Amino acid sequence: MTAGRRAPGRAAVHLLLWGYAVVALLPLVIMLFNSLRPTSEIFTAPLSLPTSPTLRSYGQVWTEASFSTYLLNSLTVTCGAVLLGTAVSALAAYPLARHDFFGNRVLGAYFLAGLMLPIRLGLVPIFYLMDSMGLIDSLLGLTLLYAASGVPFCVFVLSAFYRSLPGELDEAARLDGAGEFRIFGQIMLPLVRPALASVMLFQFVPVWHEFLYPLVLLRSDEKFTIPRGLAQFFGEYTTDWSALFAGLVLATAPLFVLFVLATKQIIAGLTAGMSK
Amino acid sequence: MVQARKLSAPRRRAGRTGAGRRYVPRWRVLAVFLLPALLLYSVFIVYPLVSALDYSFFEWRGIRQTGFAGLGNYRDLLSIYPYDQQVWRAFAHNALFFGGTMLIQNTVGLLFALLLFRYGRGKRFLQAAFTTPYLVDPLVIGYLWSLLLNPTFGPVNALLEGLGLDSWALPWLGDTRTALPVVILVNAWQWVGFPMLLFSAALAGIPAEYHEAARVDGATAWQAFRRVTLPLLTPAIGVVSVLTFIGNFNAFGLVYAMAGSTGSPAGSTDVLGLLFYRVAFLEGGVEAIGRSSALAVLMFVFIFGVSLLATSYFRRRERKLV
Repeated sequence: MTAGRRAPGRAAVHLLLWGYAVVALLPLVIMLFNSLRPTSEIFTAPLSLPTSPTLRSYGQVWTEASFSTYLLNSLTVTCGAVLLGTAVSALAAYPLARHDFFGNRVLGAYFLAGLMLPIRLGLVPIFYLMDSMGLIDSLLGLTLLYAASGVPFCVFVLSAFYRSLPGELDEAARLDGAGEFRIFGQIMLPLVRPALASVMLFQFVPVWHEFLYPLVLLRSDEKFTIPRGLAQFFGEYTTDWSALFAGLVLATAPLFVLFVLATKQIIAGLTAGMSK
Repeated sequence: MVQARKLSAPRRRAGRTGAGRRYVPRWRVLAVFLLPALLLYSVFIVYPLVSALDYSFFEWRGIRQTGFAGLGNYRDLLSIYPYDQQVWRAFAHNALFFGGTMLIQNTVGLLFALLLFRYGRGKRFLQAAFTTPYLVDPLVIGYLWSLLLNPTFGPVNALLEGLGLDSWALPWLGDTRTALPVVILVNAWQWVGFPMLLFSAALAGIPAEYHEAARVDGATAWQAFRRVTLPLLTPAIGVVSVLTFIGNFNAFGLVYAMAGSTGSPAGSTDVLGLLFYRVAFLEGGVEAIGRSSALAVLMFVFIFGVSLLATSYFRRRERKLV
């Protein structure tokens, strides 16, 4: 703050901050630029801009390296897992937050423990569990696993939201003769909608990025998700750098699009939770 | 005890009517609400973790249990070559990985949060720029940097040569002395936006009067920072430390992409996540299940234990502040 008043100090602050902004963004910009020019150009002039930008590598990665399949698999598994995880959690969080039944606290703590457990250390038993259910190399197996791993976080956030709603709401509905399912579906669920949206977004990112489970549980190319496919692809196309950069961009783009589209929704969801 | 509970029970219940908690639905209704989540979570999360503990106490031949082993798998893991060396080496690398990341990302993140606190135009853009890398998949970050740092065609060395620093154009990821520090730097580069955002939020929550009072009392800028700002950032530092700890001891994708499953070169970047994967699925042999489960349990106890201890430590520090 005192530095802000002295001119040389202020110049140093500007230089440091904008200089680091370059450090933070430049690698990603290089990734994008190099995906738009042929490998021969990348090798001869590692630092220059694309002279005649082309999308050829994208076409190659999309069809030959079957990124279209990876993207579709990732979308299927992620959306399925997020929807399923959120749905079962929305159901479970309601009685946990608003009903006084025997074992409520214990059950709440049981779900909550999942927030602190390093879940992936169960990998070996998960492998044999999946094997026994015929879910190795299966998108359904991954979906169920991811949905389950989202449950502790969802239950935690959603019960806090249910709890913040006034008690008169369901009492009045109960007096009017509404059943629990009606109260849940027509009163509770619409009121926690902002929380549902942000809970889904927060699950989306780690599921989209998950690599260890698909590395162990998926076998065939046509089942690979994007991270698993990317690892395969980096093993096969080691010298075609243009294609490698294009693959990295394609792996990153969907999440960026989602974040640009959803930033408002995220903020709305978070502030809706805080103002209550 | 019993009497106290009896006395307090009616009062508690009366206090809760406001929250609508008195109502107890029928068990069948409850089951419909609770069972799907309970089943999914128990089968795919809790059961595997409990099984890992169970597996670690048995002798294995492939996928067949051949007898009770007691702590045998644990003993093997810590005494049989090559595990005896690899476990400790991977653990040391994780510790360095955590220490280095904490040091870099927290100092830089705190510095940027402080500098941006009163920064005018461009603040939003700068915050977004610093946090962008952490939206990207660690696996993508790892592969990206392995290309950027390539000794022959990589832009990093081309840049260093262009600046006349030819002696700095090293095979960064191919040298056992530089590989781990470079992986740590890349990790800190990816995550620096996270402490910056948390510290910014915490700074915004410190009442301006505190700083004014410090100034009136004649404190220098450094003293005000050291005695007022830093202690009030304790909760934020606690959250960052615990989450970074959990994240770093579970690290896998970033290191896998930069150094392969063996933590090349020559195991100089090997971490517990890679070691666990190798023992369980690549080179564990017929005893893979028992030994990898023992390793999983050791990692579990360490990560969970330290997180709990750290959380309660920071809670106590926080309470002292109030």
